[in-house]
Amino acid sequence: MSETSFTPLSRKDMARRVAQDIPEGWYVNLGIGIPTMVADYVPLEREVVFHSENGVLGMGPAPGPDDADAWLINAGKQQVTLRRGGAYVHHADSFAMIRGGHLDLCVLGAFEVAQNGDIANWATSANDTAPAVGGAMDLAAGAKRLWVVMEHTTKDGRPRLVESCTYPLTAMRSVRRVYTNLAVIDVTPRGFEVVEMAPGLSFDELQAKTGAKLRMTEAA
Amino acid sequence: MINKIVRDMAEAMQGIADGSTVLVGGFGSVGQPDALIEALIEQGATDLTVVANNAGTGRVGLARLMELGRVRKIICSFPRSAGSVVFEELYKAGKLELEIVPQGTLAERMRAAGAGVPAFYTPTGYGTLLTEGKPTAEFNGTPCVLEKALQGDVALIQAHHADRWGNLTYRRSGRNFNPVMAMAAKLTIAQVDEVEPLGTLDPEAVVTPGIFVSRVIRVPLAAG
Repeated sequence: MSETSFTPLSRKDMARRVAQDIPEGWYVNLGIGIPTMVADYVPLEREVVFHSENGVLGMGPAPGPDDADAWLINAGKQQVTLRRGGAYVHHADSFAMIRGGHLDLCVLGAFEVAQNGDIANWATSANDTAPAVGGAMDLAAGAKRLWVVMEHTTKDGRPRLVESCTYPLTAMRSVRRVYTNLAVIDVTPRGFEVVEMAPGLSFDELQAKTGAKLRMTEAA
Repeated sequence: MINKIVRDMAEAMQGIADGSTVLVGGFGSVGQPDALIEALIEQGATDLTVVANNAGTGRVGLARLMELGRVRKIICSFPRSAGSVVFEELYKAGKLELEIVPQGTLAERMRAAGAGVPAFYTPTGYGTLLTEGKPTAEFNGTPCVLEKALQGDVALIQAHHADRWGNLTYRRSGRNFNPVMAMAAKLTIAQVDEVEPLGTLDPEAVVTPGIFVSRVIRVPLAAG
C-alpha cells in the first residue's frame, strides 16, 4: 500500500469543521482546548447559545480591551463576554442544565474513544492519583449528544480510536461522533462509521491509523 | 431586630471548631471569599475538611491554610491546576487526604444537603474510578450510582450586595458555588462588597435569601 498525499486538518480547521455541524438554536457546552476554538467559527448571526459550567449561559467571545471584566470568566478561567439574552446561574443550576439533559451538545477533547462510545479524557493512568476531572464526567453523561474532537493518533502514532479504552474512563457509551485531523467518524451500534475523510486520504490508510474496525457509512 | 452584619473578622469567625467541614465558595479567583479565608487562617481552627472546586493556587489563601497543616482533607473537582504547588507537595508527602468529585456531583451533593435529601442517584461517574464501590441501580435503562449529600459545618462565601437580614445578590460569574454552599452549611458566613439598607435590594434579584445566611461582613472591593 503506497501512501497517497493528503493534508491533515490543522487544529483551527478541526474546530471549523465541528462548527459547521452546529445548527442555530442549540445550547452547547465546549470543553477546553480545540473545543473552545469551535465558538470562533460559529457566526454571531447563527444564534447558538454557549454554556459554561461556572454559571454562564449565552457566553460571547473574549472581550476587547475596553469591555474586559474580571468578574466574567468561563470554565477555562479565561475572560469572556455575555451575549444579549445571556443569563447567570449558580453552580447547581448550571449543572442541572448539563445533568438534566438540557444541553443539545457537548464537545470535548479526549485521549481515547472506544468503538462502543466509551470516552477517556481525564486521567492518563490509574496511577495518576490526583487528576482533575472538573465537569467532564457530568458533561459526558448528561448532554443530549457528545462529540469529541481530537488528533487521530498520539504524537508517537498510536491510535486514539480503539476497541476499548486503556485510560481510565470518563463515561461509558456516550460519544456519538468524533472529529479528528483525518476524518469525521460516527459511533454507531455497529461500531465506527466513516462519514468523511481528509482530501487525498484513502480508507486503507485511515484504517491503518485506527485501533478498531472502520466501515464507510451508508450515506457516504 | 435581626442584624446579621458583624463588625469584625473575629466576630465573623467565632465558634469555628477544630475538625469542621468548611465549604469555600468561588471558581478560580472569581467569587472567592479571600478575606474570610485569611480570617480563618488567623482564627486557628485545624484538622479541617475543606470543600472547594480547586485545591488552592500559589502560597496564599486556601494554599496557605493547607501549607500551615490545618487541612486534613480536601474534597474538590479540580485539584491539580496551574499554580497548585502546595497541594502537590502535601499530597505527594501523604499529608493530605483527597476526594475527587465530578463538579456537578459536588454541587448537587451540597444542594441535596441544603434541601434535606440524604442521597441521590446519578448517571455521572458510573463505571469510572471515581465511583468504585458505590451502590448502583438502573433507572429507565440508565445505570446510576448513589451519591450522598455533603453538608458543611461552615460555609465561607462571597457575594455582591447584602442587607442586615442576610439577603444576598451576586456579581456575574462570581455567583458559582456560593449560593449552593450557603444552603448546605450549618453556619454560613458571607463576605460582601456592599451592605444596603433593609428593603432596598430588589426582592426579584435576591439569589440567596437570608434564611440561608448566618453572618455578613462587608469587605469593600480593592480600589481600582
